[in-house]
Amino acid sequence: MSADVELDRVTVRFGQFTAVKEASLKIAGGEFFSFLGPSGCGKTTILRTVSGFLDPSEGVVRIAGQDMIGIGANKRPTALIFQNLALFPLMTVAENITYGLRVRGVSRSERMKKADELLSLIALPGQGNKLVSELSGGQKQRVAIARALAVEPKVLLLDEPLSALDLKLRQHMRNELRAIQQRVGITFIYITHDQGEALTMSDRIAVMNNGVIEQVGDGKAVYDMPTTSFVASFVGENNPFAGRVAKADKSGAVVETPFGALRGRNPLGVKKGDKAILFVRPEALRLGKGEKDATITSTVLNVAFEGNATHIFLKGAEKKDITLTVGRLESVKIPEQGVEASVAYDPDLGLVLPEGRLASE
Amino acid sequence: MIPTWDWCFRKEGWPVSRLLVYLIPFLVIAVFVAMARYERRFAHDPTHKGFFERNGTTLGIVFIALVAFWTLFLVVLPYLYMVQESFHPKLVAADRGGPKDILTTEQYRSFFVQPTDGEINTTHMGAFIFTLVISAIVTVLNFAICYPLAYYMAQAGSVQKVRLLMLALIVPYWVNEILRAFSLRLLLASKGLINQALMGLGLTDAPIDFLGSNVGLYVGLSYAYLLVMMFPLYNAVESLDKNQIEAARDLGAPWWRIHKDVVIPYAKPGIASGCTMVFMLSAGSLAAPQFLGGPKTLWFTSIVYDFFFQAFNWPRGAAYAFLLLAGCIALVMLMLRLFKVSLGETIK
Repeated sequence: MSADVELDRVTVRFGQFTAVKEASLKIAGGEFFSFLGPSGCGKTTILRTVSGFLDPSEGVVRIAGQDMIGIGANKRPTALIFQNLALFPLMTVAENITYGLRVRGVSRSERMKKADELLSLIALPGQGNKLVSELSGGQKQRVAIARALAVEPKVLLLDEPLSALDLKLRQHMRNELRAIQQRVGITFIYITHDQGEALTMSDRIAVMNNGVIEQVGDGKAVYDMPTTSFVASFVGENNPFAGRVAKADKSGAVVETPFGALRGRNPLGVKKGDKAILFVRPEALRLGKGEKDATITSTVLNVAFEGNATHIFLKGAEKKDITLTVGRLESVKIPEQGVEASVAYDPDLGLVLPEGRLASE
Repeated sequence: MIPTWDWCFRKEGWPVSRLLVYLIPFLVIAVFVAMARYERRFAHDPTHKGFFERNGTTLGIVFIALVAFWTLFLVVLPYLYMVQESFHPKLVAADRGGPKDILTTEQYRSFFVQPTDGEINTTHMGAFIFTLVISAIVTVLNFAICYPLAYYMAQAGSVQKVRLLMLALIVPYWVNEILRAFSLRLLLASKGLINQALMGLGLTDAPIDFLGSNVGLYVGLSYAYLLVMMFPLYNAVESLDKNQIEAARDLGAPWWRIHKDVVIPYAKPGIASGCTMVFMLSAGSLAAPQFLGGPKTLWFTSIVYDFFFQAFNWPRGAAYAFLLLAGCIALVMLMLRLFKVSLGETIK
């Protein structure tokens, strides 16, 4: 059983500070939805508003069409998985998992049955009598998920639950979370600052910055067709080239950058004379000369070998270097550090967006 | 005829029990030196340096001497002296160390059976039980007052309000105990402010005897040891992760269940520590029961006080004081066992 979640012009203020500004969106039942943004962007505030720990200063949160104002966190059909998991240290694994049922007055035998069921779902069968402190990080993670699922919520809220795990486990848990979500079929709302997590797991992503939802879309849309400079620079690596638009039409725009006039797509219709930024992904750049308005020449600052790929850093116009990624099997000659090198891209892979704030490094 | 142990301990003019008291210092010092010397053996880390290696011989000796001094003169010796005193008969100075100075349990037995007429000593035993029961009630009362306050200060209140509250709690303790007790007495007296207000409002016709019915005693004792309960509780609740409370709430727990299942189990060592201290201090308090107790109220410490300073019967006073200590410790241990708290946890 899943429920849709709707935010209707939700604004949350803490004194003078506005944490979330007029957030409106609709999350479908059974969807895996992520809020992605840097720390302090308001994503956790949204989560706490949905779970009932915060009331919106303005606007409405609806779960399954029902207005949630005045309904406390303990009465909502949601369950929250905390960043630090917040497992109860003085209870056993089984007691942790069935705490929500105990509170609801479910009989002991039934609770034990449910605990066994959930323990096998999270691949920890027979470990119910252990103390939480006896579990590894990944196991604790799964117990937290089971504890939240035990109360059969319609919406599961996850607040960066993987951030405390090491890299390998994190990647493994991504798959596992996705698998659990598909098995139980309820709505997952996932908060993260890690775009890899958001892209791999989510059906749709809302990218947030400074309390504002900048873009909502599936992973491909957010990555390939960002609508703001912030989204373009925050989701994945991107090389920005800022300047004034020299030429623009529906098919594309040319930006006068410090590396000369460069061309890219123009989906938002920037106009001649506007300040704009051309974005080119590191994997879209290749070594060698191309079309004149899609070639950049600069000094090689550094070459970093990373196994499956090699990153080449060229001197950028400002502080940020231009990054170029070369796949392991591409047969090109990697330039030496310090030499001049030209790199080119397919103008269809360049993207011109109106000037805006970039994600800070 | 009182049986004596003196065939075992007596030596002309110099009982062995007193000799023991003078031997103990050397024993304590020897224990400390041994601890310092063999510390290294118990370290799990093989590179661990011994006590003398870390501090050098001179400094090491100074440290040991200081700690030994503190342990001896402030902890071990005074009590030890009192213990051995309690096992002696009451004697005039001239008889001390003489043939009458024997080891005896007569002082302890006198608590149960009157030495004068062989009757059961109901007065003293009654006062003993009364003291422990009232102290236990005061402890429960204090916990009931302090727990909500401590929870509010540690988890719910804003920083400013908590500071104000803290100040309001601490400042009254600058007032000395006697002034506090007497002012409470004035308030609660039969012609005191509270009774006059009650009668003025027509709630009662005759003044209520607050002092005679020991209300004053409860109020005075609770108030005197409020902070002693407050701070261990506050410390315990304060270190609880807020997410734990929210997690319980998110899983559907109403507020009282959150306290029962999450906060109180977590704060149990702090609760035990606060309760133990309030109970011990109440049972051992002197001023509040004397000033605020009713005319029929006999607090056990008053009896001890009278033995020391009215009857000049130090041995019996010492014996009674140790009985009180033993009673308190036994009760506290029982409670710790009942609530499954280990002694180590309470002093964390």
